[in-house]
Amino acid sequence: MDTVDVLIIGSGASGAAVAWSLAETRMRIVCLEQGEWQKPSDFPSTGRDWEARRFTDFASSPNQRRRASDYPVNDDDSPIKVVNFNGVGGGTVMFTAHFPRLHPSDFRVKTLDGVADDWPIDYFTLEKFYALNDRMTGVSGMAGDPAYPPHEPPMPPLPMGRTGRRIGEAMNRLGWHWWPSEAAIATREWEGRAACINIGHCTPGCAQGAKGSTDITYWPLAIRAGVELRTNCRVREITHDATGMATGAIYYDRDGNEVFQPAHVVVVACNGVGTPRLLLNSAGGKHPDGLANSSGMVGRNLMFHPWAVVNGYVEEKLDGHRGSPLCLWSQEFYESDASRGFVRGYEFQFGRGVQVITEGIQNMGLGRVPWGEGHHEAFRHWSGRRFSVEVCCEDLPEEHNRVTLDPVLVDGHGVPAPKISYRISENSQAMLSHGVAHGKRIMEAAGASDLSITCPVPVAGWHLLGTCRMGTDPARSVVNQWGRCHDVKNLFIVDGSVFVTSGGVNPTTTIQAIALYIADQMKQRLANLFD
Amino acid sequence: MVHPFLSEAAVDDLRCLAAMIIPASSRFGLPAADDPVIFTDLLGSLEHDRIEVEAGLAHVRAKAGRGLMALDAAGRAALGQALQAEGEANVAVLSRLVMLAYYRDDRVVRSLGLEPRAPFPKGHEVVAGDWSLLDPVRARRPMWRDPR
Repeated sequence: MDTVDVLIIGSGASGAAVAWSLAETRMRIVCLEQGEWQKPSDFPSTGRDWEARRFTDFASSPNQRRRASDYPVNDDDSPIKVVNFNGVGGGTVMFTAHFPRLHPSDFRVKTLDGVADDWPIDYFTLEKFYALNDRMTGVSGMAGDPAYPPHEPPMPPLPMGRTGRRIGEAMNRLGWHWWPSEAAIATREWEGRAACINIGHCTPGCAQGAKGSTDITYWPLAIRAGVELRTNCRVREITHDATGMATGAIYYDRDGNEVFQPAHVVVVACNGVGTPRLLLNSAGGKHPDGLANSSGMVGRNLMFHPWAVVNGYVEEKLDGHRGSPLCLWSQEFYESDASRGFVRGYEFQFGRGVQVITEGIQNMGLGRVPWGEGHHEAFRHWSGRRFSVEVCCEDLPEEHNRVTLDPVLVDGHGVPAPKISYRISENSQAMLSHGVAHGKRIMEAAGASDLSITCPVPVAGWHLLGTCRMGTDPARSVVNQWGRCHDVKNLFIVDGSVFVTSGGVNPTTTIQAIALYIADQMKQRLANLFD
Repeated sequence: MVHPFLSEAAVDDLRCLAAMIIPASSRFGLPAADDPVIFTDLLGSLEHDRIEVEAGLAHVRAKAGRGLMALDAAGRAALGQALQAEGEANVAVLSRLVMLAYYRDDRVVRSLGLEPRAPFPKGHEVVAGDWSLLDPVRARRPMWRDPR
């Protein structure tokens, strides 16, 4: 097989952005994706069984979804379970499209708060890439949020809805910050994509095409510009030569054939679990402990966002299953305040409501909807009046939280699966408790009752960060300040693995901004990329 | 009825269990979850959770002491209460599958005041709202820290 200039592994949030950005170089670029293209006509919202499919082929956990494209994850040793999606677009196919940026302070946690490490880049370095990603993705929102440096989302915000009004009034009573969420959802026609029609079940794929998953944003443009995307290709390992440089990757094609794809440059974009898994599975020769792992940091410092949910009920019917899952955020408690008993902070996200049957199932689990007599009356009583306050906590890096290879568990091709070892820190626990207590105050201010609390939310490991951290010290980090591995100068990592700290918000727009920044750095350094 | 992986007795137990979870309602004019249309839909939706379904039915059978069909109405009601209170994981999967099949039936959906249709392509109306509600927040000074 011919040697390609750039081999990208993974077609999700970051792989797509890098592929599109590098395409203008006219280099020969190939991307390997272990999953398949998604057909919008197959998304759950096109069928009457739309709620049921969140428990089967569109379950958020790969261990429950069990598609051929999925790999199992041993997360028994973690209170937070891994969530992902494997297919063209990766996790963006199944994200909520909640699209907040990190704050400037998130890149300077050591300097400002004395914990973890500062990033080797900052918010203002990424600012133009955030803006570019906003345009490429099609982001809705509202300028003027006092929680952020000034910036202007290209489209107006998602509708407030009945739920949003109720929450906004409550937050004003408390005098707390709130703002319409920035969302990767088109609220008007955008670059040929139709506007959101409030399908309401857009987490497992948007049949309307309003949600900015990368299969419909970056990929069509990248392919048109000459990038080759090969689907159903599961990479087993990245190979290297006697000098330790990457030489390409061995993968299984859709027929199960073992194929070697040689490459001059390899870019890994498999998320914070898939990337360390691949590097550890590539051990050998010059890299006996895993590729690019002389620091021992590959797989360490795994960060999720510990999550809590406070649900409550009001008398009026709210948005329920209609509209995007999230509509507002609050960053009242985002920046550090030593008086709170923890460092760093969290974001409140507000859920409009919940799907009709799912609400009944959850209330059945709580004993509110009985089996047998009284079932129908209770189901109706608890239907359509619920909203939620969700607490998204910053998770600080700790080396003992890590991804390793499971000694037994393998995927469908016999490749060792990842094993997660993770504990919620005291700081995160204190933050969760603070968030729940203040979430209850929001509920009270909104006139809600019958609260139920889940803390931590178990199946909430949707943000996979920190396992190949960025830094200037090769002994303490895996990649340098522009994404190149310290140990392997033709190997780049562009996904959430490179995060130094997690911030307290959903990471996708930052992952993509970093990917665009790294691609830009590569383009500027093409003449001496390996120096 | 021949099912791909459930025995005839297991199908009978599941039918009985479905009606224990969701009985008919004269008030709302609704069938129970063992209604033939709903139950056929339910039987067709078990494959993904096959292991849990089989384990759940075995657990129910063990709790019943004998076949569910042999219990009278009071015995079934008592068993149902005990099973729900226990919250055994595989039985929870069974009850979830019953709920999902029941509440997508056209008759049931209409009785809830909803249209029996997929969310796409019609979507839904969500009120735009009045963003002047944000005025107190707009008046706040910048909250973010500038580390430069």
